[in-house]
Amino acid sequence: MTDKSNYRIELDEITKSFPGVLANDRVSFAIKPGEIHALLGENGAGKSTLVKMIYGIMQPDEGEIRWEGEAIKVANPKAARKLGVGMVFQHFSLFDAMTVLENIALGMDAKISQNLLEEKIREVMDVYGLMLDPHRVVSTLSVGERQRIEIVRALLLNPRLLIMDEPTSVLTPQEVAQLFETLRKLSATGCSILYISHKLHEIKELCDQATILRGGKVVGECDPKQETSKSMAEMMIGGDLKQIEKDVKTEFGDPRFVVDDLSQPGEGDFGVALSNISFSVRAGEIFGIAGVAGNGQNELSMALSGEIPTVNAATIKLDGKPVADQNILQRRKHGLCAVPEERNGHAAVVDFSLSDNAILTARERMNLASGGLIKHSEARSYTDDVISTFGVKTTGSASPAGSLSGGNLQKFVVGREIMQNPDVLLISQPTWGVDAGAAAAIHQAIVDLAENGSAIIVISQDLDELLAICDEMAVINEGKLSKTLKVGEASVDEIGLLMGGVHGEPNTNQDSVENAHAH
Amino acid sequence: MLIELEKRKEPSQTMLYLTPVIAVLATMIVGGILFTLIGHNGFAAVKEIFITPIIDTHKWQDLGIKAAPLILIAVGLSIGFRANVWNIGAEGQYIVGGLAGTGIALLTWELEGWWILPLMCIAGAIGGALYASIPAFLKTKLNVNEILSSLMLTYASIQLLYYLMRGPWKDPEGFNFPQTRLFNDSQILPEIIPGTIVHLGVPLAFIIAIIAWFVMSKSIFGFQIRVVGSAPAAARYGGFSAKRTIWMAMLIGGGFAGLAGIFEAAGPFQQMVPQFPTGYGFTAIIVAFLGRLHPIGIILGGLVLAVSYVGGEIAQTSLGLPNAAAGIFQAMMLFFLLATDILVKYRLKLNVANQAGDAS
Amino acid sequence: MNDTIIISIIMTVIGASTPILLAALGELIVEKSGVLNLGIEGMMLIGAVVGFAVTLTTGFHVLGIVIAMLASTLSAMLFAYLTLTLTANQVATGLALTIFGIGISSLMGEPYVGKTIEIFSSWFPASLAEHPQLRVIFGYSPLVYLSLILTVSVSYFLKKTRAGLILRAVGESDTSAHSIGYSVIGVRYAAVAFGGAMAGLAGCYFSLVLTPLWSEELTAGRGWIALALVVFAAWKPSRLLFGAYLFGAIMTLELHAKAAGFSFIAPELLAAMPYLATIVVLALISLRKSSGLAAPACLAKPFKPST
Repeated sequence: MTDKSNYRIELDEITKSFPGVLANDRVSFAIKPGEIHALLGENGAGKSTLVKMIYGIMQPDEGEIRWEGEAIKVANPKAARKLGVGMVFQHFSLFDAMTVLENIALGMDAKISQNLLEEKIREVMDVYGLMLDPHRVVSTLSVGERQRIEIVRALLLNPRLLIMDEPTSVLTPQEVAQLFETLRKLSATGCSILYISHKLHEIKELCDQATILRGGKVVGECDPKQETSKSMAEMMIGGDLKQIEKDVKTEFGDPRFVVDDLSQPGEGDFGVALSNISFSVRAGEIFGIAGVAGNGQNELSMALSGEIPTVNAATIKLDGKPVADQNILQRRKHGLCAVPEERNGHAAVVDFSLSDNAILTARERMNLASGGLIKHSEARSYTDDVISTFGVKTTGSASPAGSLSGGNLQKFVVGREIMQNPDVLLISQPTWGVDAGAAAAIHQAIVDLAENGSAIIVISQDLDELLAICDEMAVINEGKLSKTLKVGEASVDEIGLLMGGVHGEPNTNQDSVENAHAH
Repeated sequence: MLIELEKRKEPSQTMLYLTPVIAVLATMIVGGILFTLIGHNGFAAVKEIFITPIIDTHKWQDLGIKAAPLILIAVGLSIGFRANVWNIGAEGQYIVGGLAGTGIALLTWELEGWWILPLMCIAGAIGGALYASIPAFLKTKLNVNEILSSLMLTYASIQLLYYLMRGPWKDPEGFNFPQTRLFNDSQILPEIIPGTIVHLGVPLAFIIAIIAWFVMSKSIFGFQIRVVGSAPAAARYGGFSAKRTIWMAMLIGGGFAGLAGIFEAAGPFQQMVPQFPTGYGFTAIIVAFLGRLHPIGIILGGLVLAVSYVGGEIAQTSLGLPNAAAGIFQAMMLFFLLATDILVKYRLKLNVANQAGDAS
Repeated sequence: MNDTIIISIIMTVIGASTPILLAALGELIVEKSGVLNLGIEGMMLIGAVVGFAVTLTTGFHVLGIVIAMLASTLSAMLFAYLTLTLTANQVATGLALTIFGIGISSLMGEPYVGKTIEIFSSWFPASLAEHPQLRVIFGYSPLVYLSLILTVSVSYFLKKTRAGLILRAVGESDTSAHSIGYSVIGVRYAAVAFGGAMAGLAGCYFSLVLTPLWSEELTAGRGWIALALVVFAAWKPSRLLFGAYLFGAIMTLELHAKAAGFSFIAPELLAAMPYLATIVVLALISLRKSSGLAAPACLAKPFKPST
């Protein structure tokens, strides 16, 4: 190994395409032994596809992967593990109805007795400070504990390269700190780590090297410790971001959307309960809700939109009218439109035509149906309006939603709601996985709608997005919403603390936090 | 691999309509070969089963009365399948519908009047729908898999039929045969073409299929069914209740099957007998798929399957084939349809580039 | 005298139970892998007719059984190809397989109707197998003992072996199994093949042991009982054994009720009992989700790996 290569793994001009998308375009980079290497990029930049090829889940169309200097072909995950590649998935590959032990055994390639395996698991947990009960059934565990199963599973194979795909998106700050501790210990033993994220501060804190991907291409390499977050962000997002035209507003109209002490139990095993959520949005105002994924955003979004109505009508008021017990159809009639976070299968039906997708939510407000019958020609013309107004690239209103690119479909979905002229618009992750151009257009449309006197709620994990377009914001953590902050006055650090769960007594903490981070 | 499947950007409409035709043709060819291999005259079998019923005009009336229940049941099922509700217990709902209508007939056997027959039909539809409401209830309340529950109920209903025929509903003047008394003139479906066996149920089945087509393509209800089946989360977002949709799909499927049941009892049978279940409820599933879950397609699919039934009977007498032999063709049609289905979403592609890439 | 009646009842019950146990063991493995094959009845009939024909022609029961299992496995592979490789709807394909099996077995079996073969009886010495009392232990066809061995093996396989763990994992989450590198389709092919072989074996029990002759639709819907049994047993082999003998007892009682004409319970109600009991079990399982008795999470869902 000594003179063969200084690198544990080298990627050379890796290219992978899917029908209609070039996911990776001649991507090259290399990782040294013991190095923590960041793969940085926005959602949709091609990070996941790339690591799937390293782990043998997918095969590159072109290019070469070299392992310790030797060109290799990773036929499948088993081959990857044999080489010494471990992987912790963003979406865990666990079996809910099975025990921790069984889940870990499934990740082992060699046959090993249950007792010996359990012994080894306890050993690894001791060394890296990970706590788990091997006999618990996965479905009873928290998200953080589930991730630990994945990590233990990977560590048991004594990996020489560990791939972590967006590991912190579901973790609390404490869990993140613990994870970083584990990863540093691991790297000290000589194991390389490929750390995939789009969180700049984490990368600055943890990583020795970073490769930045944008649109499937490598757009930069750097030492994150030498860079500022801003410079990395620019590389990641690209310089061509259109500036949003937004006046700093101080005058707003009357409250249009008031949430008062909304509580709701969580649904199923993974649901987050909402507790005592209160905020209000005035005419012309954009209200942002920030937070780490999985802190109740989905639940809040569904409770606000009416997908899951609540019992106590007065907890949500629309222009003074209590609506919390109404379903989504009734609320829509009263002027509340919503865009959910997931485009495929939630905001839009992939195999339906765009025109059918317009009928899905606009049939009442835009009069696309009457007497139980669909007015297809009206639906088509409304769809055409959305397409032309929002510059959706498509062959027409008859093409299936699934044939559009992510950005175009998102423009269509947002346009479909905005063109219904809602009094209140609720929009989740408005630009997730969307290219910069589409993102700018969507932001502009949101700002324009507010200008016309609508009240807007934006739920997003993208703090930069919220800071750019919102007037006021709050942070959701474990189903609780923080006090309302004024954008422009609140510091990023303050918001970060709230996102991390320092929300105990927001009102008493307020001053000290603000003073500590005042700039 | 030289031939590869490449995903189409959009499903091919041509293939969507062409594949059922390919499936029927492939069935005739491969089925003929298979019969020859087993030691029968394959060519004659295919001719008797697929061609004779079409060219022999005397057989058209049989086609009509065989196709009607298949179409009616399949249309009801297709609504459920589109909503991702897998009611495969139509056979049981057909039986219970037939029994419910028969119950009315037995209650009114000494009466006459125009109202009796409609009442029987309503009872049939309600009976089928009620029987389907069991899996619907289990599904919506307890999340019990409807495939398993509806199937189990089918076999339970057959026993219910046997029990009624052997016991309470046995014709008191029937020499102890396990069957009901014959329906009276107010209780049987009138012939609509004099001198044939074509009863009122036949045109009704076709009319119901056409109404279903209109409803499925033009109404919000049809839209709802499709959304719930394709994307449940989107359906909720669009304001459609999944549970209500499951209920409606089940009740319609059961109701149509029940209606088919009473049409069959008050039509060809004119009484209730233990031989009443003939597998229409299962064959209708093939019809629904062959017709691409589209009511018009189902009319055509129902006619094709009716041809195979009638042809099977012809072949039984003319070639001495066993009764079940037509089933081979029916199953093969579905096999070939499902096999060629892949052409709708994928295209066959000769892959040369990959080979060259491997060699270098 | 009393002894002989009891022994005869026990032996009849075991006789009636064995084919549904065999078929259900196969289907259990199939369903554990996440596949629902409704073609059991069809595969059983194919096995029954092939087993009969080969035994009649060659005189060797074991050869008949082996060829029958190959034939029914072949038909299961047709199902597997359509549902796994081409991701066709499992319910429709399974039903079509049953219709196909009924048809092709009738057609193939035509020349054999009315012919008889020697019963595939106990391999134990006649002194044991025909002894008035000992025959309750030694007096069965080898297939009965095989069914017990297979029950224990399947149970051991699922609980204790690595392959069993992988099979369960594939049925529990196909996407997870795929992403850690197991061949979901491969595992399911193997499971469906096993299911086919077992259905063939069950079919042979009808045509070589129970009757022993061939007639159209010889299995008389027992494939559906086997399917019910898997659910009734909540996908657990030990309960499968218990359930098979329970269902067998009910079926025996039903026959006797019909023959004797006793009136305290309608034979039809007895005949419907396995199905009704299965529905009750389905409902009970759903009420107690956490008890680990739930259906495999991926049951009847198609899987298409991304490449």
